[in-house]
Amino acid sequence: MKHTLVAIVENEPGVLNRVVSLFRRRNFNIDSLTVGRTENPSISRMTIVLDSNVTRVDQVQKNLYKLINVIQVCEVTHQPFISRDMALIKVRASGQAVWLASQFGARILDYSDEMMILELSDEEARVEQFIEALRPYGIIELVRTGVVAMGRGKHIVQPTPHLA
Amino acid sequence: MELTGAEIIWECLVREGVEIVYGYPGGAILPTYDALNKYQDRVRHVLVRHEQGATHMADGYARITGKVGVAMATSGPGATNMVTGIATAMMDSVPLVCITGQVPSTVLGSDAFQETDITGITLPITKHNFLVTHVSQIAPALRKAFHIARTGRPGPVLVDITKDAQNQKMEFVYPTEPIRLPGYVPPSAATPEQIESAIALIRQAERPLILAGHGVSMSGAERQLLEFAERAQIPVALTLLGKGTMPESHPLCLGMMGMHGAAAVNQAVQAADLLLAFGMRFDDRVTGNLRTYSPNSRKIHIDIDASELNKNVKVDVGIAGDLRTVLEQLLPHLPRLSHAAWLRQIRDWQEEADERDIIHYEAPSDKLYAAHVIHDLWKATGGNAIVVTDVGQHQMWTAQYYLNDRPRSLITSGGLGTMGFGFPAAIGVKMGAPHETVWAIVGDGGFQMTLCELATAAQENVDVNVAIINNAYLGMVRQWQEFFHGQRYNATPMHNPDFVKLAEAYGIPARRVCTRAEIPEAVAWAHSINGPTVVEFQVEKADIVYPMVPAGADLDKMIRRPIPQRNLPDWSENH
Repeated sequence: MKHTLVAIVENEPGVLNRVVSLFRRRNFNIDSLTVGRTENPSISRMTIVLDSNVTRVDQVQKNLYKLINVIQVCEVTHQPFISRDMALIKVRASGQAVWLASQFGARILDYSDEMMILELSDEEARVEQFIEALRPYGIIELVRTGVVAMGRGKHIVQPTPHLA
Repeated sequence: MELTGAEIIWECLVREGVEIVYGYPGGAILPTYDALNKYQDRVRHVLVRHEQGATHMADGYARITGKVGVAMATSGPGATNMVTGIATAMMDSVPLVCITGQVPSTVLGSDAFQETDITGITLPITKHNFLVTHVSQIAPALRKAFHIARTGRPGPVLVDITKDAQNQKMEFVYPTEPIRLPGYVPPSAATPEQIESAIALIRQAERPLILAGHGVSMSGAERQLLEFAERAQIPVALTLLGKGTMPESHPLCLGMMGMHGAAAVNQAVQAADLLLAFGMRFDDRVTGNLRTYSPNSRKIHIDIDASELNKNVKVDVGIAGDLRTVLEQLLPHLPRLSHAAWLRQIRDWQEEADERDIIHYEAPSDKLYAAHVIHDLWKATGGNAIVVTDVGQHQMWTAQYYLNDRPRSLITSGGLGTMGFGFPAAIGVKMGAPHETVWAIVGDGGFQMTLCELATAAQENVDVNVAIINNAYLGMVRQWQEFFHGQRYNATPMHNPDFVKLAEAYGIPARRVCTRAEIPEAVAWAHSINGPTVVEFQVEKADIVYPMVPAGADLDKMIRRPIPQRNLPDWSENH
């Protein structure tokens, strides 16, 4: 089963390295890891997706907490949440590709040299479906951002107020 | 007052109550050594002979005193030489602060002379580390370093300080505001529900067993452990680093568990219906085969590190907390119990094992067995010495035959198993506990990895006694070769130096002992000398540490010493 963790970390040099080094050292396999800035300049936010058949989620959480720069770790999988993965896909221009893009709600960002760049931002599984649907028409280049996630409504991940 | 970064380093060390710094100077740390003369009336600096020695000395000092040990080195090779000592401290949760010089921030990343990425290298083997590139960051980083090292699950912290930061000046006032570490909140106490569940399991148990580890001494819970065991009449098994947490002369104390633990203890672990794991982490040397480990027991695990709970062994009640705090919470609810049948069963196993014990055998008068050396050393020191071991057969014999009745009386590298640890650690131990008698028990192999510190012991006149258990083999490896590798003794025989002459070359009095009869006198002689001594014991070459659980085997499938045996065989004839 896929699990999505959100980690609130201090925005300091080397924090990403510490997290990645931890995963490597503990032999934790992860599907994706994204990191970016937040509304608070001293805080960064990571979204980590992993498969509990491969890696123990409780161990990942507890070991993340052992890193001094990790402030909070929250599993959003057990609450209502939105997640998005974005893909940029370069394909040979064709009517089928345009049709598929319109079916999946993907945008055509570029059309030149008989090639198109398609953009789809959606749930990870749907992005994968789109990629598989396009594959027969010749994917020339593909890049994905990895998953970012946020709880719905009052499900908020943020450092407790006195710490922020 | 305007101070340099170098002076601020020493100011911080003084404020943290540091008495001794073990170190070795070099280019990138030179400004800090230059500032030392302003502080040497307050902090003692011990010049080691290799930076690994500095880390082990600081480690020994920390383990005996419970304070943070401090080691200092220069950049590049000075820093990388510390790596083994840092990893040793990490695995055994020892609070260290290691300060390294770094090339100036202006040339960081340019492969400058003696530049190495020591914060990158030590990332997985420190609890945390800091790269400091400006004078204003020195005091905040050092304050955090000491706080992180000594609190929660203790561990080593490295602070890498560029040379320009040491040279910069600033108006310095020691910071007094609270340390701000929003992501660092060590757990402390158990919840009422956890206490209730634990007590319920204890009430139901017929064959309970406490597993006491290093966490008992680190949280200072020896008294609570004793009260707990006595009130509920629960026997106590010890991990290697748990030795000393419960007096071994106490009838409820069973001794050591695991690969070379007492057979009766491993049998008890396998037969128990409740394990109470106190400040231990179910290391593979303790559990053997995890699939068959203590198959019929419920398990209560108390550890300050939440990630240790359910890591190796699935537990029924896992409590992340400070052991002393949690035991204080449990004790008011703990009923007076009796487990007479269970204790009798264990006693029977112990008596059966006793027959095989080499200690009861009479050896030929010209033969010297390591186990007898340790046993006689224990007697000759009244069991009151602080014993520091290296790693290998002698370490296991020490664990088996030097019984510890006092907290922190065995200092040894458990998790990492670092050969070369024993002798330098013993120097740190003696400096941390100057009124104690300290014996370093080392093998001929491990001793030669760090024996350059004989010069440090001589220069500082550290009254530490070294017992070399010399079997002219890497004995523990040899033992594995005998059991598991078809007796092919590749790369284990050692052609050794004359250890007596070697010690004497350092100006250290030394003796050689070849028979059992000489032991008490040799020990008395070593004690009579105010300063370091070396006693070499030439022991049987092909002796084996029994019992032994082969790696990954079921815990009660031990290789036992054969019985009956009137006289010990003369193994040396075969070699």
